[in-house]
Amino acid sequence: MTLELAVAAALFVGVIAYAVLGGADFGSGFFDLTAGSSRRGAELRTLVDHSIGPVWEANHVWLIYVLVIWWTGFPESFAAAMSTLVLPLLFALLGIVLRGASFAFRKYAATLAQARLFGIVFATSSIITPFFLGTVAGGIASGRVPLDGAGDRWSSWLNPTSLFGGVIAVGTCAFLAGTFLVADARRSGQDRLAEELRVRALGVGAATGAIVFAALVPLDHDAPTLAAGLEGRAAPLVVLAGLAGGATMVLLWTRRYAVARVTAVLAVAAVVSGWGVGQYPWLLVDEVSIADAAGATATLQGLLVAVGLAVVVVVPPLAYLFRLTQSEEWSRPDH
Amino acid sequence: MLTPDVVTALTHLVTEAEPAGLMPARQQMALSLGWHIVLACFGVAFPAMIFVMHLRGLRRNDPVALGLAKRWAKVSAVLFAIGAVSGTVLSFEMGLLWPGLMGTYGDVLGLPFAFEGLAFFLEAIFLGIYLYGWGRMPGRQHVLMVLPMAVTGIIGAYCVLAVNAWMNVPTGFRVVDGEVTDVQPWQVLFNPHAFLQFAHMWVGAYMLVGFSIAGVYAVGMLRGRRDAHHRLGFMVPFVFASVAAVTQPFVGHVLGFGLDERQPAKLAAFELAETTESPSPLRLGGVLVDGEVKWSIDIPRLGSLIAMNSPDKPVPGLDTIPEEDHPPVNLTHLAFQTMVGIGTLLAAAVVLFWFQRRRGRDLLEKRWFLRFAAVAGPLAVIALEAGWVATEVGRQPWIVYDVMRTTDAVGDYTASLWWLLGISTVVYTAMTVGAVVVLRSMARRWRAGDADLPSPYAPEVSS
Repeated sequence: MTLELAVAAALFVGVIAYAVLGGADFGSGFFDLTAGSSRRGAELRTLVDHSIGPVWEANHVWLIYVLVIWWTGFPESFAAAMSTLVLPLLFALLGIVLRGASFAFRKYAATLAQARLFGIVFATSSIITPFFLGTVAGGIASGRVPLDGAGDRWSSWLNPTSLFGGVIAVGTCAFLAGTFLVADARRSGQDRLAEELRVRALGVGAATGAIVFAALVPLDHDAPTLAAGLEGRAAPLVVLAGLAGGATMVLLWTRRYAVARVTAVLAVAAVVSGWGVGQYPWLLVDEVSIADAAGATATLQGLLVAVGLAVVVVVPPLAYLFRLTQSEEWSRPDH
Repeated sequence: MLTPDVVTALTHLVTEAEPAGLMPARQQMALSLGWHIVLACFGVAFPAMIFVMHLRGLRRNDPVALGLAKRWAKVSAVLFAIGAVSGTVLSFEMGLLWPGLMGTYGDVLGLPFAFEGLAFFLEAIFLGIYLYGWGRMPGRQHVLMVLPMAVTGIIGAYCVLAVNAWMNVPTGFRVVDGEVTDVQPWQVLFNPHAFLQFAHMWVGAYMLVGFSIAGVYAVGMLRGRRDAHHRLGFMVPFVFASVAAVTQPFVGHVLGFGLDERQPAKLAAFELAETTESPSPLRLGGVLVDGEVKWSIDIPRLGSLIAMNSPDKPVPGLDTIPEEDHPPVNLTHLAFQTMVGIGTLLAAAVVLFWFQRRRGRDLLEKRWFLRFAAVAGPLAVIALEAGWVATEVGRQPWIVYDVMRTTDAVGDYTASLWWLLGISTVVYTAMTVGAVVVLRSMARRWRAGDADLPSPYAPEVSS
């Protein structure tokens, strides 16, 4: 494996981690938004708060990891993507800011009115953000970001691939969150809530699955390079995504929630990896390859040192945090 | 000598050559960075104070200290959350606003950011563990979860300051025929200037956070709440702030040493030295109008002494620097003096406090001192912001000193960026209001005796 490919792989691991972990957090916002009136939705909103509260900040850092590796490892392509896709990136950024702030504010809101306001902002921006990040992925994957950064500021993200990308991002986030929340609800003994969530997660899963496979049709025309990759090299991943998604549905149906989480993560990771493998060896599709986009060699080596260090110092405490949140102690309602 | 007419014509030319997006991009960066930097200080300095308080609570079995640590942890959760998102804004803006910088020098300056990312990752993880660990972990183990936050806050700050130091004193690359080559990223991470800049910021963070938190309890004491809770809540951060305040003038002085060679234009602006005078006076206040210094109070010789460590060595004046390389002089000068003035005042105040305390007089009994303590936090914020204005504006017109002009770094967004600035101003204002509302309501409910603060999700269901 070449040096630049190793760095690109490390970058893409960050994309997958953000899609899965950050995605589950964003998707919780979807369920929060659709939970109904204050009285009806109280139980679910409390569950959302409890289940992502300890982890959302750590999950959010994957995005920063991706940005930093991108601008350090492949500086010119980063600048180009930022310049061309400035609008969806700004919308996503607005969502990230409003979401993080209002989630924290809601936790300590004093009155119902405040909590509702912050809650609406949190939930709405949780849907806006993945949508726009999805359009960014679509813009890159369909070859609409030229290396000089002078791509069209509108059509680069208002196109079939981008719009499908946005919807798929929202859907996969919601699907992931659904399977996680079902399991959390049952673990904390809220069986009625778990049943309700199970039905909705199944609905979201069916819709998302349908959209993912429907998207393959317009891709052929709109993003030929990516489509060729998806039908060729990435085909096994596409199949895996289908199988894991289907398995998740079956497991949800039969109420085996713990295993369903594993297959749901697998399905989303496979969809995202399919995109990555599908567009290989391009970094910006049809514009610049990973090898040509790479920055200075010494910097790439330095980045790999940083990544290695991350594996050693970040992964263990992260695993510890996740293990804690799944423990009996932490399942007790907060305060 | 240039006649005033030529100067006006030249200035006009420079303004015309400026991309329309430059001014809004700079203001946008100033707004988001200036906002984030206050939160970043809390990320750097607050964990250490929480650690001391929590440890004290455990060691002495002191419920007051434990209660304070628990409250501070919740406050830090809110501040950390908005600090994290405003930090994310900055990482987007690096590319959105300054594609010229990131496209050309991204691989030169990037490595410190990678390590900063690592540090921030750890901080976020341990914040989660610590916050939700209350009542769910044995005390001894729980308190240790703050320590990684304190350490990673320091490492993260160092890394960011390393990049800023690099922008001031670039190193670790060569430019051959317009191409950046021979990139040595580790040299950027460990550049010789980074440590001093970091030290100055780090100490500043302790001043800002220490005075701000202490000020909250000073206000409480002014309103007659003179219990152990308030005294301890004041004292722990005040001790941190005191040590920082008396250290800062020395750190700042050492940092400034050699500035005449590194960035003579910045030094000339700091000192408002229009012409090279030997020995140079120290100018208090004053502005430059049409190339002449007006309304300043000059103290002879002191300029040479402080800036050059010599009784008669002159501060090189702006006249030695080409007009097009001048930073905005007045803003730089006034910001610098604001920082130094407030820093000196705060250092003097803490010296007075501890001196009196040694003599058996407690200034906490004096209302005038409590009033001063209440405004010391905002003063420290102003000093910190002014320090950043001084160093960043003083570096202009360069984004990377002597290597890349800010005009070459900015994207070609034209004036539409003003819209973005307008929206950002609204969002940041809303976020500030939200934070203030929530923090105040937390304080109010704590005072009313609520130990835990459940969020209301429904008319009756409250947790």
